[in-house]
Amino acid sequence: MTAPPIAEAVPLAAPTGLRRALGSLRHDLPALISILVLVLLALAAIFAPLLASHPPLQTYQEGLAANGAPIGPGHGFPLGTDPNGRDVLARLLYGARVSLTIGILANGLATVFGVLVGLTAGYLGGWVETILMRLTDVVMSFPILLFCIALISVTGPSERNVVIVIALIYWTTLARIIRSQVLSLREREFVVAARTMGLSHWRIMRKHLFPHLVPTIIVYATLGVASSILIEASLSFLGVGVPVPTPSWGQMIEQGKEYFQIAPWLLFAPGVCLIVTVLAFNLAGDWLRDLLDPTAPERR
Amino acid sequence: MTRFLLRRIPQAVIVLFGVVTLAFVLTHVVPGDPARLIAGPNASVDTVASIHHQLGLDRSIGYQYWRYLVGLFHGDLGTSYALQDTPVASAILRALPISAALAVLGVLWEALLGIPVGILAAYRPGKLADRVTTLATLVGLSAPPFWVGLLLLYVLAFKFNLFPLSGYAAPYINYLILPSFTLGLGGAAWYARLTRTNMLEALRSPYVQMARAKGMPERVVLLRHCLRNVLSPLLTMLGMDLGYFLGGVVVIESVFGLPGAGKLTFDAIGTLDVPMITGAVLFAAFFIVVMNLLVDLAYALVDPRVRR
Repeated sequence: MTAPPIAEAVPLAAPTGLRRALGSLRHDLPALISILVLVLLALAAIFAPLLASHPPLQTYQEGLAANGAPIGPGHGFPLGTDPNGRDVLARLLYGARVSLTIGILANGLATVFGVLVGLTAGYLGGWVETILMRLTDVVMSFPILLFCIALISVTGPSERNVVIVIALIYWTTLARIIRSQVLSLREREFVVAARTMGLSHWRIMRKHLFPHLVPTIIVYATLGVASSILIEASLSFLGVGVPVPTPSWGQMIEQGKEYFQIAPWLLFAPGVCLIVTVLAFNLAGDWLRDLLDPTAPERR
Repeated sequence: MTRFLLRRIPQAVIVLFGVVTLAFVLTHVVPGDPARLIAGPNASVDTVASIHHQLGLDRSIGYQYWRYLVGLFHGDLGTSYALQDTPVASAILRALPISAALAVLGVLWEALLGIPVGILAAYRPGKLADRVTTLATLVGLSAPPFWVGLLLLYVLAFKFNLFPLSGYAAPYINYLILPSFTLGLGGAAWYARLTRTNMLEALRSPYVQMARAKGMPERVVLLRHCLRNVLSPLLTMLGMDLGYFLGGVVVIESVFGLPGAGKLTFDAIGTLDVPMITGAVLFAAFFIVVMNLLVDLAYALVDPRVRR
């Protein structure tokens, strides 16, 4: 009589995170499509120089009709030209770089702020919490777009400033959510034990609390990219986002709006890119929430 | 109730004070020189310095802050740099009615479009109507409002001539329908989603089972039993949205050429009109804080549990 080999128990073990994720993707068509779209977008942005048939900043004489109007799709320009005689497709591809980079960087920075504030406030409590959460209230009372506009109009529009300004306003929701999670976590036995062992606050926050917050952070970091991209587009549309020669989708819509009666493709192309990108991030975020953290509240 | 008021009102005042301070610090300490912008690129150093003095920018930042606070208590938000001799407060107050009309109509669209759609989706979850509305709300949430506005202008105003293209004139409502619809659309998608989620949750509760056990028709269960419980949190959120919109919706107003508070702010950006920008941010934040307070009060009046 030999004991059954231990290896037999393995198939019963829970599937690993990645396998579980892939498994759930099979049953979730919108999520699958959205992730494919995001991968394609990322590839398009990375390989923009190879995919574009023209440089994005080059203005072409033959790109404008005799009366100076932009020309439509075809005629050597796959998606037509913009009012300056530049290739719309090339600008869309390079615009994907700008929109994705700014959206991801800004939201990454906002996530870092949000986690730091929420974790510190929730764990330390007392006057630190009071000050941090009052600050959160104050920032939440600012009208988001107006605040961004005000800040950028004073600092001057640039990619860096857009990232910083979006991050400065967008950390509040996550900070509140993280704080409320930490409030319940910090009373749990393992945290009390860690404190009893004399570990430093920083170490407890980093090693014992932070890992429990990772699912929430991943969900909100994904959903937040969608909002950040929309804010960047709005700012660029208003002329206080990405400065002019650099293409960004919002700014392309702004430049196309004067011509939309004769050249509607100038509105359609960047608008569709924006919707598809934002939709993909939203769907991917919803999927991650169902997968990692079904109890997380909805976020606007 | 009095205790609730005594706690909640000072809280709102503190937040407002924080908003004023932060807005002032951010627009005054940050680099960028309005004097140089006013004087133009070819102005001499002396000219710029004298404009500095005129605007009071050569005094210490603490002194400027103090002056700003004192002015604020007298209802004085300073004088616009760009529009000579126009007090910021009166310029904003003049533009405000247009923004207010836009805000009220926008919130109406949110409620009238969003809530029925949410109920419809919750009526038969997973069925065609639910799937279609779920997709539609996702697209609605993901579409940039300025793009939707331009698209509506292209189709309804340019192609079909149903609405005026831009501006604000005599039959005012004609100039407000498209902007307010655009404004409300994103919110409507959000409310549809929220109504659906909350309705489905309410449908699982014991009082609904009871109503069904009594043999109530499904329509009565949905509209009489569920909707009442779902509606009150939605109403508070609509109230907050109103506060949010009242300060002027820059993007919508600039797409449709409405001369409201948002457009005023947008124009102030181009000229680096710092007092105007700060004033507009303060007005907008004021509406948000006050509406939040009112919503909380309404909630406390209706629901004694909140008054703790």
